Amino acid sequence: MSDSAIQIPKRPNILVRILRPLLLIRESWVGMVGLALVFFWVVMALFAPWLAPFPPNALLMPNQPPGTEWIANATHMIGTIPASEYCAAIEGDTSKVNCGTFWLGTDLTGRDVWSRLIWGARQVLIYAPLATFMAYIVGIPMGLWAGYSRGRVDAIFSFISNVILSFPVLVLYVLVIALVGASAVNIVAAVVFASAPGIFRIVRGLAMDLRSREYVFAAETRGEPLSYILFLEILPNARGPLIVDAMLRLGYVIITIGTLGFLGLGLPPPDPDWGKMIAEGRNLLQVFPWTPLFSCLAISSAVLGFNLLADGLREISLRD
Amino acid sequence: MAGFQSDWDGPVLECKDLSISYYTRAAVIPAVQDFNLVLKKNETIGLVGESGCGKSTVAMAIMRYMGKNGAITGGQVLYKGVDLATLSEEELRQLRGNEIAMVYQEPMASLNPAMKLDRQLMEVPLFHEQVSEQEAFDRAVQMLANVKLPDPERVMASYPHQISGGQQQRVVIAMALLSKPSLLLLDEPTTALDVTVEAGIVELIAELAGTLQTSMIYISHNLGLILETCDRINVMYSGQVVEEGAVVDVFDKMRHPYTQGLFGAIPLPSADKTARPLQAIRGQLPLPHARPPGCYFGPRCDHFQAGRCDAGPISMQPVDDTGHGTRCVKWQEIDWGKLGAGDALLPHTDFGESVLSVNQMKKYYELKDTSIAAMVKGGSSRFVKANESISFLAREAETVAIVGESGCGKSTLAKVLLGLETATEGSVTFQGKDLSQVPVQKRSRNDVKALQMVFQNPFDTLNPSHTVGSQLGRVIRKFGGITDGEAVRRRVLELLDIVKLPSDFYFRRPRQLSGGQKQRVGIARAFAGNPSMVVADEPVSALDVSVAAAVTGLLMDIQRTYRTTLLFISHDLSLVRYLADRVVVMYLGNLVEQGTTEQIFSPPYHPYTEALLSAVPIADTSIEKKRIILEGSLPSVINPPKGCAFHTRCHRKIGDICSSQVPPLVDAGEGHRILCHIPLDEMKAMDPVIVQKDAAE
Repeated sequence: MSDSAIQIPKRPNILVRILRPLLLIRESWVGMVGLALVFFWVVMALFAPWLAPFPPNALLMPNQPPGTEWIANATHMIGTIPASEYCAAIEGDTSKVNCGTFWLGTDLTGRDVWSRLIWGARQVLIYAPLATFMAYIVGIPMGLWAGYSRGRVDAIFSFISNVILSFPVLVLYVLVIALVGASAVNIVAAVVFASAPGIFRIVRGLAMDLRSREYVFAAETRGEPLSYILFLEILPNARGPLIVDAMLRLGYVIITIGTLGFLGLGLPPPDPDWGKMIAEGRNLLQVFPWTPLFSCLAISSAVLGFNLLADGLREISLRD
Repeated sequence: MAGFQSDWDGPVLECKDLSISYYTRAAVIPAVQDFNLVLKKNETIGLVGESGCGKSTVAMAIMRYMGKNGAITGGQVLYKGVDLATLSEEELRQLRGNEIAMVYQEPMASLNPAMKLDRQLMEVPLFHEQVSEQEAFDRAVQMLANVKLPDPERVMASYPHQISGGQQQRVVIAMALLSKPSLLLLDEPTTALDVTVEAGIVELIAELAGTLQTSMIYISHNLGLILETCDRINVMYSGQVVEEGAVVDVFDKMRHPYTQGLFGAIPLPSADKTARPLQAIRGQLPLPHARPPGCYFGPRCDHFQAGRCDAGPISMQPVDDTGHGTRCVKWQEIDWGKLGAGDALLPHTDFGESVLSVNQMKKYYELKDTSIAAMVKGGSSRFVKANESISFLAREAETVAIVGESGCGKSTLAKVLLGLETATEGSVTFQGKDLSQVPVQKRSRNDVKALQMVFQNPFDTLNPSHTVGSQLGRVIRKFGGITDGEAVRRRVLELLDIVKLPSDFYFRRPRQLSGGQKQRVGIARAFAGNPSMVVADEPVSALDVSVAAAVTGLLMDIQRTYRTTLLFISHDLSLVRYLADRVVVMYLGNLVEQGTTEQIFSPPYHPYTEALLSAVPIADTSIEKKRIILEGSLPSVINPPKGCAFHTRCHRKIGDICSSQVPPLVDAGEGHRILCHIPLDEMKAMDPVIVQKDAAE
């Protein structure tokens, strides 16, 4: 065969190869609703400085009747009802007057709830994916190794993961954070510690199924190293269920971060944190219900978004 | 009840111009078109064709089980004169199981694993005929005896997993027959079974067809089985019946090029790799929504004539007045005596030096008893004797076939050779080095690349996540010592060319390939490092006959070109006879017979080889076979029978010596060895199993 006869075909554009499967989500309306919810919060988080009408931590004070002086010690706009229009001085500084609508009212210290939710989305959408990703980084290699090799490796890893899984998660979080203190890094570490065993189990199950495939057998007969078999032969074929699981897990991690915030174990104040906002509003729930209500809605809509997206992905992956 | 007459004398089933379509997201797929069939009382009709030709769709349409997206788009199905389309759901429920019963491919999937068989069997008369419990029980026991199950009472009290696969299929057949159906549909009832078990089921079906008042439709891809069970045959291709008629007529006087192609593609005893090579049908089955105009077989047919064959729909044309018909406009012009243009005769190969020598190799797996009782007693461990004293050798360019049923230790042998397991005892000398104790990770790169494997399952052999090019490229980088990207790519394209695949397969993923194409890539992968020996584990058993012929031919071509030793693991003796130079027969981990292909296929035989040969379905009316049906099922390897491993099923057992002493390996001359107690002279006096009728007269 002459060389000129060999025509090396063109590989499709990398963008096309990545985007085409993603476009399939259009065929699942459940997935589209999920995608819309997720997309909404992602846009909010990305463009927070432009979308938030007020600085998140600013204590806002009401504008006095026109023409009068600003009163330096006026009470903050505690529990302003939603959708009320005000001009407000930020931190009592009359040179910084900001007029606008408090769409979701203000909280008990006079900060705009809507702005805090937008800035809070930023926190959630940074730390939840980061924590989930880290949990996968830990869980996947362990699961692949245990599921593929079985035997002693499997026995040891499975035992460790069972011990962690049998421990009440909430108590675990409180213990971890209480021991090492509340910080962004510690939150991520706690979530990884609690989620990795679950991921380990899923990956282990998938690997146990895939290890008996003939292509794995073929790689073994070529004398491929363990790492090649685990990460290039087995892992790519487990990606479908793992992507769906990652979406679901992302939702649960958002709840977890919310829970930690609620318990006061979240990000250090004064940064906005959805869980902490619920905790702060809890005391005067009967008087000003909207502050915690809107934070709860924010958490549940984000979680629902990821759950529906996972459902949609599962739906399209089961077709054909 | 729609009032079917039990004394109906007309045709039990009539399909008139039946068309069936499936509705999918992409398009309406016409699965079956213009299907006609008249099934008389007590008649058995075979439906034969390759996968995707619509055989099972017809069966489902007869049962009216087509799922949400399937529908009859034209024609009628008349059961005892009643159009099934007019029946209500309730009437259909009465019809199914009572009037029409069906037996599926996988027996374990047809039985409820959580229910004892007595309840499952008794349900049939209890539900359909409202008889008493006692009567239902008696009928079930009687029916189990009718399907030749030993000890029916014990079977009744068992769960499905407690009996063997062959027994399960017998139970399923018994269940189907319990309501005395007028029509029995059998959809590949033996495909999931071993060949000796299959022989028993086929004999049972043929016998039932003779004694019961039941008409049958037998669906199979195996022409040999059709010959053994059916009166008439419908050959289907791409949703149409292309030829129909009495089995003998169609087999001896085929009048459609596709039927002829099918027969050319299956290894018959007359086929020989040098004298009469297998001929694959070129091209591929058209997709159901992209069928060519006119004759669907046109693009693959050697007799295709533009303007006539693609002019318009072709109707069934009668060949004679016995109901033999063909859907070919040119059938009167084609010279049917001559087989299609085949390959030129291939020269015999001279074998070289010995490449592999296996000597007294044993592989035991230890089963540790970890129960508390065993720990108290002081831990006992048992052994699975997967391979027991295996000795054989293979020379350069030689094809050695390893034959045996599932569980005989073929795959363990392959694993030891490839270094995925290490031998318990004995030696495996490959190119002068003993590799029996060297796992693959510790073998040198040259040893690893010199011994490669082709796998069985086309859907599993390639990693679905990587492109064909990257999978082949990996092997070349690993074995070829080539690291330059451009050189690797060039070599991949060369390999694709060797296995006759176009170069644009480079970026394809396995799911975009057909079964045969995947198997070709699998072959390319095995040959990428120029191995001196390739182990092929049933490489074509999962492929359709015409594709299998092409892949077999390709494998042999490459082997011949590179003078590779081929270790061909198979249960298909027809294929083994066709391509092997030497044969090793295994049973329950033991090597029971070995010799050249001629030696194995003629007396003296080991009794197991004799039974295996007899069990092979042969699609040739001029062949007469001795009928030997093995009793019982394969014993467990954990607890193999004492003495000769085969004595529990042997039809030639000569006495207590068989069950007490391990038989000697008798040398029948010229390297032909048989593991049996029967004196050599007696074995030499056996009649040949497969005889050409003309020669016998």
